[in-house]
Amino acid sequence: MGWETWVIATFSRTLAYGTPLLLGTLGEIYAERSGVLNLGIEGMMIMGAYSAFAIAYTTGNPWLGILTAAVVGGAFSLIHAFASITLKANQVVSGLALTMLGLGLSGVLGRGWEGKPLPAPLGKITVPVLSDIPVLGPILFDGQNMIVYLTILLVPLLWYILYRTRIGITIRSVGENPATADSLGINVGRVRYLCVVVGGILAGVAGGYLSVAYRPAWTEGMTAGMGWIVIALTIFAFWNPAIGMLGAYLFAALYHLSFRLQPWVSPELLRAMPYAFAIVVLIAVSRGTLQKRMGAPAALTLPYTRGEG
Amino acid sequence: MRAPKWLKIERRPVPSGRTIFTVSILAILAALVVAGIFFQAYGVSAIRAYQLIVKGALGSKLGLAETVRRAIPLLLCGVGLTIAFRALFWNIGAEGQLLLGAVAAAGVALFSGLPDVLLLPAMFIAGFLAGALWGLIPAALKARLGINDVITTLMMNYIAIYLVEWLIHGPWKGTQMRGFAYTDKFPSAAMLPLIPGTRIHWPTLVLGLVLAVAAYILITRIRQGFEIRVVGENPDAARFAGISHLKTTLLVMFISGGLAGLAGVGEMAGIHGMLRSATQISMGYGYTAIIVAWLARRNPLAVIVTSLLFGVIMAGGDVIKVSLGLPFQLINLFNGLILFFLIGSELLMHYRISFSFGRR
Amino acid sequence: MTLATPADYVVQLKGIVKRFPGVLANDGIALDIKRGEIHCLLGENGAGKTTLMRVLYGLYQPDAGEILLNGKPIQISSPRAALTHHIGMVHQHFRLVPTLSVEENIILGLDEGTGLFLNLRKTRKKIEKIAQEYGLQVDPQTKVWQLSVGQRQRVEILKALYREADILIMDEPTSVLTPQEVDQLFATLRTLVDDGLTIIFITHKLDEVMQVSDRVTVLRQGKLVATLPTSQTDKPSLARLMVGREVIFRLEKSPLQRGEKLLEVNGLHALSDRGLQALRNVSFDIYGGEILSVAGVSGNGQAELAEVLTGLRRATKGRVILLGKAITNRSAREIADLGVAHVPAERIKMGIVPNMSVRENLILKDYRHPPFSRGVFLNYKKAEANAQRAMADYQIAAPSDNTAAKLLSGGNIQRMVLARELLGNPRLIVAAHPTYGLDVGATEQVRQVLLKQRDQGAAILLISEDLEEVMALSDRILVMFSGEVMGIVDAEGAKIDEIGLMMAGERKEEVEVASTEVA
Repeated sequence: MGWETWVIATFSRTLAYGTPLLLGTLGEIYAERSGVLNLGIEGMMIMGAYSAFAIAYTTGNPWLGILTAAVVGGAFSLIHAFASITLKANQVVSGLALTMLGLGLSGVLGRGWEGKPLPAPLGKITVPVLSDIPVLGPILFDGQNMIVYLTILLVPLLWYILYRTRIGITIRSVGENPATADSLGINVGRVRYLCVVVGGILAGVAGGYLSVAYRPAWTEGMTAGMGWIVIALTIFAFWNPAIGMLGAYLFAALYHLSFRLQPWVSPELLRAMPYAFAIVVLIAVSRGTLQKRMGAPAALTLPYTRGEG
Repeated sequence: MRAPKWLKIERRPVPSGRTIFTVSILAILAALVVAGIFFQAYGVSAIRAYQLIVKGALGSKLGLAETVRRAIPLLLCGVGLTIAFRALFWNIGAEGQLLLGAVAAAGVALFSGLPDVLLLPAMFIAGFLAGALWGLIPAALKARLGINDVITTLMMNYIAIYLVEWLIHGPWKGTQMRGFAYTDKFPSAAMLPLIPGTRIHWPTLVLGLVLAVAAYILITRIRQGFEIRVVGENPDAARFAGISHLKTTLLVMFISGGLAGLAGVGEMAGIHGMLRSATQISMGYGYTAIIVAWLARRNPLAVIVTSLLFGVIMAGGDVIKVSLGLPFQLINLFNGLILFFLIGSELLMHYRISFSFGRR
Repeated sequence: MTLATPADYVVQLKGIVKRFPGVLANDGIALDIKRGEIHCLLGENGAGKTTLMRVLYGLYQPDAGEILLNGKPIQISSPRAALTHHIGMVHQHFRLVPTLSVEENIILGLDEGTGLFLNLRKTRKKIEKIAQEYGLQVDPQTKVWQLSVGQRQRVEILKALYREADILIMDEPTSVLTPQEVDQLFATLRTLVDDGLTIIFITHKLDEVMQVSDRVTVLRQGKLVATLPTSQTDKPSLARLMVGREVIFRLEKSPLQRGEKLLEVNGLHALSDRGLQALRNVSFDIYGGEILSVAGVSGNGQAELAEVLTGLRRATKGRVILLGKAITNRSAREIADLGVAHVPAERIKMGIVPNMSVRENLILKDYRHPPFSRGVFLNYKKAEANAQRAMADYQIAAPSDNTAAKLLSGGNIQRMVLARELLGNPRLIVAAHPTYGLDVGATEQVRQVLLKQRDQGAAILLISEDLEEVMALSDRILVMFSGEVMGIVDAEGAKIDEIGLMMAGERKEEVEVASTEVA
């Protein structure tokens, strides 16, 4: 394989594999910025993957599948929102429960769908002219699908909202100091609900992307721990969408590069790589003094009760 | 959050043991009802499904034996998790720690060349240490670098799964059974005795019961147990009292990982007699044990009861899997639902909820 | 006294009742506030002042009673509703988001302007205008965590004024200020009142009532005791109303019996949690039998000093010597074992384990020593006996020694902490804000206990922001500013305004030169 083909293959795969990670991370950043840790990403993603596949298969319309995934992901996240915001339950346990529920439910519902190929997966796009640019063209503008682009566009949008709009200030204040936000008439519960649901929608779409675009088929447990890698990337990103993008693509690139070790390392061990990477990534950001100043939202995982803060 | 006018929620100081028990039972029942709705939606009669579960898991000697057999790894993992959870260390990695115990047991059984009498004890010791080591890594990462324990323990599970896959496809692949991804069969001296006619490897069961009592004594009577509770209840007070967070975290994960490792040894030497695919060895014992420990309110003695309860669900799940054609993922569905209703019911326990209609 | 007509009252509270589980916080309170006055709400901690004002601010809903604004009954269902009625509140613990800038904090929760997007330029102009008018200068673009406590308070006031508050509730605003900053605040409040605002000022300090208010309302145990024009009352009668009995203002203190040098601190440096320099070259000695107070505005290194001395924070430079033995950067456990007790500032966050029993909390420091420990086993019989004795000696009111610590009242929690820390007669006691938030009875008891330890020869390092307490208890006073020692003065004959200047960053020598020049 020539040098050029190699670069193109690696980077276009990086974009493809990094997209669901980035979507999930963006959603989790919003949830956590409002003070709610959602460990149920894996569950919401797999439910998104299953429902997108089922709908895309029956209707023949992959976009309808993605839309369903968004709705299902959002609805699933409401369970976590209800448990952790309204019932003030432990967020770690509630998130775990959501993941178990998602894996279980998708496994039960998806049994009949296993192994069927999707007749009409999400279309790949070739942008005329632009795709002719050497190296960059084939990576960015040849054979990627719409969601890859939409996800990239989402990054500046979500960044802008978080740091430059009234909504962003509100979200950050609720995650940092809910008592303050409350005393200024902000409805803490509502903001948190909204952010968790945004996280759920994005996780659902990430799952849908996997089953109707990335690998157009349904397999039980097909998210394979991606949801947990998203949690790690959120920490890596210091809760900032822009760094989140860097992290997700960097992670995806490392993942693909590790397969270059194929001739020397057995495939089973290579499959363990992303999980080891996730730990390495966390070790990397734990060092350095940055963490104290750019740390987690101060009220992360803390339920808010008026008069106790 | 603003509560509606007709709903009044007041904090209640300390729930009594009876309240906790009643509310827990109600939570499980509620979860079963919701799961039943899923059954119906799936086209399976919920009543029939539950009949099958009860009959299959409790209605016959064989069913009971299967229940107990499933409860053994849940007991060992669950007891270990109560210790970790007491120190507020979120060990979600019992699954991986169990697999490492299985790997170590298989390694000793197949390759150590130890004399027969020493073989089983060596397997248990090696299994404990391997599980403990797997648990100590996230413990050290959390205590030294502040790295989130949930993520690291989970990632270690996946790494453990692929480690097992690698061993059975690669270096440890059996020579007797060609084409299959197993190791060779263990020598008979590496196998545990069973209660005749069942798959209950009673030495592991006895070990689990003894360790449950020991863990209870640790928590309630021993200095280190006191330190574990202080660290879990209020880390700032622990620092204030000069209790080492690092040492305590390492200790709880040494115990928690070690006990999960023992569960892996039991599965190897009691059931499988060879190292095989991770999903065949564990079937999610490590995850289910989280709920076992949580339902037991982090009390090691109560784990004896809750592990049996989940033994029923797992054994019953086997039965309906076969007779109703439901997938084994069902167990995760149960787990998720029960966990949700449990944490939802905490509110019932700590708050007094009253409804008042009409204006105040 | 002129007769007031209802039209003169801007706010009227009628029969306000607010219950919490086990507590009747407000018991049928009727309070009238006149337009354009500074009205003090005076009472001990727990008298119900803050609760009453939180009802007015919409943070709590009253169980009974009604609120009249300009003679019309209104419902204040939330702080947002309060703001629409032009009621603003500056809380004792500031309601600011440290990671946001001043202007972002000020517009937080408002939906004026261009909808979604921010028009910070306009905001900035308005802030600067208000700031100029009332002497509340602060840079709108600075992040709040970079501001001093006094500046943060200004932001809080700006926040209320930006929202066009007519009625401003201030909850214990002076507790974090230097005497000079207090004067400045009072001047600002006067300007505001002259401009037609009404101010409700919550305090438990009699001096402030006399200094700033037009009228004063005294609350005691959830009930309104009296409302009086300030000019027609005095400190002793207010104190009597507040406490319900005669109050002795001076503590009986025996003459100083200085013992041997117990603690020597030399050139100590340490970093704060944020990694900033918190202690710079701190040096002092403490002798047995004396109380050395550390005065200063909070956040000037006192907390870090206590932590370094008790092994909870690393010193980056310098030495700590206890009875001739270097203990710099020894662990908390080793230092405690050498006879150093610590009454921590955040007694609930750090001093106790809320879910554990009184019995277990009382052995939190000594559990690993005999008699509470035999080998690896704990001896609960001994722990129980210890708890019974401590509960009797320190009058800890608890249903039993098996009760969870979190169910105790604030005063009883502090008695429990003291009982534990003073077990085994420590040589050095580091006590941080030991009476903060306690009622008069508990405060008196804590002070007596400390004086008794002093008389028995212990050295006491008392960290306090309450200058009255510092003057009453200490033998010497050390003043800290920005992590440095501004000077150490003898308590006998110390002048409060000199201490105030040192708290604001002037060194002892400068202060003394200035005062001799004046003389």
